Amino acid sequence: MKVEVIAFGIAKDIINAKSVNLEVSEGVTVGNIKEKLVNDYPAFNALVSLKLAVNAEYVEDHHILNENDEVVLIPPVSGG
Amino acid sequence: MELTREELIRYNRQIILPNFGVDGQKKLKTSKVLVIGAGGLGAPNLQYLSGAGIGTIGIVDFDVVSLTNLQRQVLFDTSQINENKAEMAISRLKKLNPEVTFNLYKEQITSENAMAIIEPYDLVIDGSDNLPTRYLVNDACVLLGKTLLYGAIFRYEGQVSVFNHEREDGTRGPNYRDIFPDPPPPEMVPSCSEGGVFGALAGIVGAMQANEAIKILAGLGSTLSGRLLLYDSLDFTTRYLNIRPSPSNPVSGDNPTITELIDYEAFCAGPTIDRQEDLVDSISVKKLEEQMKTGSVFILDVRESYEYEISNINGINIPLGELESRLDEIPKEKEVIVHCKSGVRSRKAIEVLKKNDYTQLLNLEGGILAWQEEIDSAIQVY
Repeated sequence: MKVEVIAFGIAKDIINAKSVNLEVSEGVTVGNIKEKLVNDYPAFNALVSLKLAVNAEYVEDHHILNENDEVVLIPPVSGG
Repeated sequence: MELTREELIRYNRQIILPNFGVDGQKKLKTSKVLVIGAGGLGAPNLQYLSGAGIGTIGIVDFDVVSLTNLQRQVLFDTSQINENKAEMAISRLKKLNPEVTFNLYKEQITSENAMAIIEPYDLVIDGSDNLPTRYLVNDACVLLGKTLLYGAIFRYEGQVSVFNHEREDGTRGPNYRDIFPDPPPPEMVPSCSEGGVFGALAGIVGAMQANEAIKILAGLGSTLSGRLLLYDSLDFTTRYLNIRPSPSNPVSGDNPTITELIDYEAFCAGPTIDRQEDLVDSISVKKLEEQMKTGSVFILDVRESYEYEISNINGINIPLGELESRLDEIPKEKEVIVHCKSGVRSRKAIEVLKKNDYTQLLNLEGGILAWQEEIDSAIQVY
């Protein structure tokens, strides 16, 4: 199944795009998505502690994804 | 407490608003707001909070106005360069609204002074520009039971939320640590000086914080508590993410481990043990200066050419983006000292060079900013 990962801030630089579509198997968790991102983009290793949001809700790593879910990746930004 | 005739006229355009009225104005007059950082976010906050007639406004900023600030910090002017921001802000804002009482904190907010500074205020605005201060201010507000107006900007993007806000049932809404439980390594959190920032975006995000603050103090509407607003000004999209208080939050969760302020610099410096393996070899500016006196060194400056024009330390200038196509200009048999502005891009450059079989590589710690600070104050910083 397909999920879309949408990136903000420095995460855009890492995936080199605003969003990326991932092909994943049924029952995949948010934690699995992080592993896949680290595998595809090694620099993402520095962001594994990030909390991800799925369909506009912040969720924990054990959250299970569904087809066409939208995963949002927001690293903290410090600027002011 | 009554409003004077002049106040009734000054604030007329908001007093006549539905649900605002004289009562709303009186609430603002008795309110005390602390603004931490009088920069890109702090400045617009201060202008609208002062204009709206908040009774007491505290301003914390130890920094001075610089030429690079004026692109977005339009509260200041060119004649105020090198003057303290909090002082300059107060001198300007007193003219905007003499009814406001201003408290000056010309110091850095730290774990030692934060509780005492924040305690007397009803609400806190985070206009800081670094992660340690953001965690510090968040934790202090949670420990003291203060509502925190959060805003942050990066390049063309902004984030806004209301943290630790008291809800109808008396519990508190989520806070910064419910979104960002752990800080990523510092190189993943570029500042405005490293990543750049759009000027009007700072005004928009700062004004949103001020708007939320004034609403809360006047008791109007509903707030961003429990929601994080993401605004991408480049393609004008907004997105709201729902945040819930996390039971594992170390300061506000079920079993808090942080019951007093901690060392936030150390907390945000990242777990050093884990990062040992990817650390690149580095050299301090002092050591480089010694080496330059005693013999020839090959210095590679990977900043953009316009940055090189502003100031340089006589390195060979090859911008990071051109590095792989210009490797023939860099010797393999010599030690290469790589630098940029602060040490982030040079680290990336070293990774590129390592992939291309360079072995004698040293990263200049702190880049040209450190050189200016420790070796040559005449170097122009930007």
